[in-house]
Amino acid sequence: MRRMSPQTTQRIATSLFWLAAASAVSVLLFIIVFVFIKGLPVIRPRFLLMSPDEGGVFSSIVSTVYLAVLAALIGSPLGVGTAIFLTEYTRESMLTRVVRFGADCLAGIPSIIYGLFGFIFFVLYLGMGFSVLAGSLIMALMILPTVIRTSEEAIRSVPHEYRDVSYGLGCTRWQMVTRVVLPSALPGIVTGIVLGIGRCVSETAAVMLTAGSTLSTPKSPLDSCRTLSVHFYVKATEEGISDELYGSAAVLIIAIVIINTVSYWLMHQAMKKFS
Amino acid sequence: MRWKERIIEKALLLVTLSSILGLALITVFIFKEGVPFILKQDIARFFLSSDWWPADKPPAFNILSMIVGTVFVTIGAMILGVPLGLGCAVFLTEHAPRSVAAVLKPALELLAGIPSVVYGFIGMIFLVPFIRYFWGGTGFSMLAGAIVLSIMILPTIISISVDAISAVPRSYRDGSIALGATKWQTTHMVIIKAARSGIVSAIILGMGRAVGETMAVIMVAGNAKHVPRSILSAFRTLTSTMGLEMSYATGDHQKALFAVGVVLFVMIMILNSIALLASKRRTG
Repeated sequence: MRRMSPQTTQRIATSLFWLAAASAVSVLLFIIVFVFIKGLPVIRPRFLLMSPDEGGVFSSIVSTVYLAVLAALIGSPLGVGTAIFLTEYTRESMLTRVVRFGADCLAGIPSIIYGLFGFIFFVLYLGMGFSVLAGSLIMALMILPTVIRTSEEAIRSVPHEYRDVSYGLGCTRWQMVTRVVLPSALPGIVTGIVLGIGRCVSETAAVMLTAGSTLSTPKSPLDSCRTLSVHFYVKATEEGISDELYGSAAVLIIAIVIINTVSYWLMHQAMKKFS
Repeated sequence: MRWKERIIEKALLLVTLSSILGLALITVFIFKEGVPFILKQDIARFFLSSDWWPADKPPAFNILSMIVGTVFVTIGAMILGVPLGLGCAVFLTEHAPRSVAAVLKPALELLAGIPSVVYGFIGMIFLVPFIRYFWGGTGFSMLAGAIVLSIMILPTIISISVDAISAVPRSYRDGSIALGATKWQTTHMVIIKAARSGIVSAIILGMGRAVGETMAVIMVAGNAKHVPRSILSAFRTLTSTMGLEMSYATGDHQKALFAVGVVLFVMIMILNSIALLASKRRTG
């Protein structure tokens, strides 16, 4: 067999790389376009504001927002607090290594494991039952590793001179953190939280095992609820294909596109700041 | 002023400790519920028999078919997903014009955000009928699962390998090009070698995602209880069993699902540690 000339190999390689990128993008486009063609016509004010027995998804939208916001409210102070402690209040030590190792490991744990834990611990053991609260607690734990790592990175990227100057002006450590470091690191920190909210919106397995799948609008954190992605799963597997199904998928994808755009924009703000 | 600072410091320490506590609690709980059950079983049978009959009397809880299902669907997903993901990563860092990369990167990140149920659904209404039509059977199959998972692991593989490849010093590229190598020669002889450990950890973390995915797999797997015989057989995985049965399981059945969770947890931990070690070697 004759060896191909480097130029020919180069040409083949280049076209293969283009092909790889093109096929990945076309899968994405295919999913989005398909869901939008089928789903967008379904999305009317009626669809968004009606209860499920009238063919809408209102209760699921409320449940999703409720659960995601609560999870962010529980998870972000914990995550950001931990990140502040790790970066500003300790040196490299056993503790920082343990936290970082733990966060790295738990970032890779499948959501079903979180679901299993949440079901036994929050739902049964602590007696919360299937509830928004149990769901958001488990989602808070699930987004914790991401929030810790992104906040840590954001805080670390604040230039050292900022800290020196604030000490030089006589600030205490806490004043330095709250008035200098946090405002500068804010876009980066918020990026992590926004990504976490995105995860709450799209997560199904863990939420179904902790928040349940009751089709009603939750009135208190102790009510069971059915988030949009759980709703989509239940409808797809139990009732087969319907207009509402495509409608819910379209709402989900729109939500994710918005969340991703916001986080991407924030990340750019964060990067612009110190470069 | 002094005491206020001290209180804040202690409060932050408390927050940190509770973060760790929350994360540690999950590990402890899963093992506490699952390990005693495994120890009570005949270990060899637990891993080497495919009888999973939770409702029978006496019930049988053995997980061979789930392990085989998980392992093979993951291998399938890797065969399809790794070349595609690496190709995209190399394209993004080495070949794509700036403007193309600027659009492509956020687009590919969007793949990570799409809910897994949507992937499962698309697989269910397109792949499954397609496979049924061309190769017979029900269409709920290893092949469908592997294809769906291969798409879902793309964002993980791409973003981590892009980081690894961009970290290769510019001078390596320039040196290689100056020696007369073509771009492709530079890519596979220099760049890939230099970024190897990062790429390895990208692949392994992608593998972890495939092993851990639940909902999408449930929707295309057919969830059969037997050991799959070909890529066209229906199958079940460790995760799909937990996802399907947890909400109604009681007593021993529930403990058995925790045992499945322990097996999954250990698999993921092994994969994660390998990935961590690989990326450590890069920095260290």
